[in-house]
Amino acid sequence: MTGPRPALETAAMVRAGEEQAVDVLEHHLAVIEAGEESVHAFNLVTVDLARAQARAVDATVAAGGDPGPLAGVPVALKDNMCTRGVPTTCSSRILDGWRPPYDATVVTRLTEAGALLIGKTNMDEFAMGSSTESSAFGTTRNPHDTTRVPGGSSGGSAAAVAAGFAPLAIGSDTGGSIRQPAALCGVVGMKPTYGTVSRYGLVAFASSLDQIGPFATSVADAALLFDVIGGHDPLDSTSLNRPTPRVLSVLDDGVDGMTVGVLAELLEGAAPDVVERVSQAAEALAAAGARVEEVSVPEVTLGLSAYYLIAPGEASSNLARYDGVRYGLRVDAEDTVAMNTATRSEGFGPEVKRRIMLGTYVLSAGYMDAYYNQALRVRTRIIEGFDAAYTRCDVLLGPTAPTTAFAIGAKVDDPLAMYLSDVCTIPSNLAGHPAISVPFGPGADGLPVGVQVLGPALSEGTLFRVATVIESAAPLLAAPRITTGTRA
Amino acid sequence: MRADWSMVIGLEVHCELKTATKLFCGCPNLFGDEPNTNVCPNCLGLPGSLPVLNQRAVELAMAIGTALHCDIRPSTFHRKNYFYPDQAKDYQISQYDEPLNVDGHLDLPDGFRVGIERAHMEEDTGKTTHAGTSGRIHGADYSLVDYNRSGVPLVEIVSRPDMRTADQARAYVTELRAILVASGASDGKMEEGSMRVDANVSVRPGPDDPFGTRCEIKNLNSVRSLGRAIEFEAERQIALLESGERVVQQTRHWDEGAGRTQALRSKEDAYDYRYFLEPDLVPLVPDAEWIRAVADTLGMMPAERRARLTALLDEAGGATGSQLLQVATVVELRLDDLVVEAVAAGVPSVLALARTANEAATDVDAARALDPKSYVELLTLEANGSLSATQAKAVLAELFVLGGGDPAVIARDKGFEAMSEDSLVATVGEAVTANPDEWARFCEGDDKLAGFFTMLVMKATRGQANGKAVAAELRRLRG
Repeated sequence: MTGPRPALETAAMVRAGEEQAVDVLEHHLAVIEAGEESVHAFNLVTVDLARAQARAVDATVAAGGDPGPLAGVPVALKDNMCTRGVPTTCSSRILDGWRPPYDATVVTRLTEAGALLIGKTNMDEFAMGSSTESSAFGTTRNPHDTTRVPGGSSGGSAAAVAAGFAPLAIGSDTGGSIRQPAALCGVVGMKPTYGTVSRYGLVAFASSLDQIGPFATSVADAALLFDVIGGHDPLDSTSLNRPTPRVLSVLDDGVDGMTVGVLAELLEGAAPDVVERVSQAAEALAAAGARVEEVSVPEVTLGLSAYYLIAPGEASSNLARYDGVRYGLRVDAEDTVAMNTATRSEGFGPEVKRRIMLGTYVLSAGYMDAYYNQALRVRTRIIEGFDAAYTRCDVLLGPTAPTTAFAIGAKVDDPLAMYLSDVCTIPSNLAGHPAISVPFGPGADGLPVGVQVLGPALSEGTLFRVATVIESAAPLLAAPRITTGTRA
Repeated sequence: MRADWSMVIGLEVHCELKTATKLFCGCPNLFGDEPNTNVCPNCLGLPGSLPVLNQRAVELAMAIGTALHCDIRPSTFHRKNYFYPDQAKDYQISQYDEPLNVDGHLDLPDGFRVGIERAHMEEDTGKTTHAGTSGRIHGADYSLVDYNRSGVPLVEIVSRPDMRTADQARAYVTELRAILVASGASDGKMEEGSMRVDANVSVRPGPDDPFGTRCEIKNLNSVRSLGRAIEFEAERQIALLESGERVVQQTRHWDEGAGRTQALRSKEDAYDYRYFLEPDLVPLVPDAEWIRAVADTLGMMPAERRARLTALLDEAGGATGSQLLQVATVVELRLDDLVVEAVAAGVPSVLALARTANEAATDVDAARALDPKSYVELLTLEANGSLSATQAKAVLAELFVLGGGDPAVIARDKGFEAMSEDSLVATVGEAVTANPDEWARFCEGDDKLAGFFTMLVMKATRGQANGKAVAAELRRLRG
């Protein structure tokens, strides 16, 4: 194959019996074999599992059955989603040796749709980070330039799709962890409305913000994947019990008559070449019939601060269970408390420890109102700010990340600089709203730039329509060559 | 307790709900099976697991709230964060500042009203067993955790500090247990831990003084322990205050063997639980229709059942003190329906109550299993004089052994025929003739001797005589 073949096309061919799922898989395993050493997208390539699934898909087709909309399509899974019997590490030593006894709902849905689970992708430890550098298993490298980060925390999934290791990948997005790496790796990444994709089996970072979503090389493929994984799940109490928007069928409905607001606050901290790309995307939408105007939602500037109180607060509680008692790492000591302490000291990396301490502090007696509760009030303000904007606009437009991919190591010693990478994506998590990042040509350094479309709750259909128009107008971005330092 | 001091008691009661499954997952609510068999990713706190609220548990919690006259309100769940090996997630999902049931009350049988602050839902923890000599975590060789109990639904019922004596505390727990059982929410077995009581105790010089510093007492496994622990704790606090020391707010452990409370931890080293809204659950907002449906299915509560029996006695001229005790016994044993049915069939209420409280109560399981028709028929035979009291008791014992049957047939098989009137008159006459001194005193008005003569007649007839008929004949002879 030359260039990535769309998942839609692969699935159609496998369903029609024109191509064998086992051949699709072997092709991708060969690409992984060639490039994985340079990229390190995976914690584990699940060769045997994927091969078994491919054979099952082919058998279904041979028997006249339909394996489903993702028939024979390899899908890479972020390593924070539970896979029965397959190690699920969250890129942390604390889960050393743990094999979940159950599948996440998203895994079940992918399998039932005929997908091939090709591997578990690298990530920032417990999804805490914006570069995958906090992984306990080494950094994933950006396929467009392996001296650069792929973004994070779902950097492995983004890199896997960008490198052609898998046509589709699944990530989770708590503060931008799908969209930011998608932008930095030049692929499509989307965070759905909170509650549209089940979190059952997703190892929690910050439960009120976490949401699973798709990566793909095209908007249409992302739509295909979203339609498979979305929908109500009784195993997740926060799962919305209402029809999830179907997006694949509305992709080409255009933007004629829509109002697109360019979100001023997201442009403020962004690099000039990124701002320029956003302007070009806005022009493309205007040319396609949308009304484009500049919009201000001042509250979003408070998002980063609120996020770094709420997310660590929830994380400090969610990560308490890694105590060495029941599963994963245990470092023995003379009594229970000492064992807990030794296990957690050795099992967690510095960024996770930082956030647990921060979160414990903001929830503690005497400080909770000033920090955590104040952040919840800010969160409400942000929702109100968005609501006001959405009375006038159908969608908002801005950059996904302030810059293109930065160099590996550039921000590891400066947590605040790292946190700022998510300034454009965090507001949607706080609001529970959907947002999508679409590649829109190279930046000044030749590396990918992502344009972000934001919408109100359950506006996925609209977002995908807008994203399709943006994609069709995107300047050409060179395919990654997985070599070191050859860009710009 | 010394009369110059006053006691203030508030109680926190944890009760396990009698649901088929756990509070947040589908595992069987069966504690006591092979350890760690009734578990799943959720109640083991595995990564990625999520809670789903058990609707039946909510209904039982609302039933408790209804029975305790609480307001049932929209509520939320919080996380109570603390590390402990039997706490699978290292936090407990509990209701915090927005509990399901608030502002109720419980009336003790003597009419004293105890306020109920709240009755909220939460999950139970696993159970840790420490191996080693102490049985406590310190110094244990190793510890084993059974997570079968992890996630079992609990309701915690918090009283207001309204009780003033250990007797009131005992009565409160006894009555609350009866209510929990009557509402179907719990089996109320304190000894087995399905109902657990913590007592908050403080003392003050006089009943109008401000509350003193309180201590919380844990490990109270019976109503008896509760009373003893409260008495001990109050005395301990009084002794401290009288010797010029002060009471330190702390949690104390009741040592049943030693008969004393011991400090567990003081307020200074209390946990900071860092409560925050549980993001994995949505608010619990029962609508009026659901609340009404739960109330409609709620059976009669013990207080109503007692009132029902007392009303029957009132119709017959009012209840004596010992009859009120019989009423309490019959209701506590849930045999009161038998009394009501018997009275409805024409049996005098005094007889129905006495037979039920004294005889049926000796074998509660058999009495509950008995077809009420047989029971009512038996009491009817006694009431109309066909059987003497002694014969009726014998037939009842036989009914219990057989698990049912026709009382008339059993009586005939036992040779219990009502004595002919002639035979009765003759036997009474013989007793009178044989005891002239006693007869003279009876004639002079010493009514107690009626019992003496009745006993003689009973002896002579081996219990076949009807006591009432004997009394009537004695009165007739006296003229």
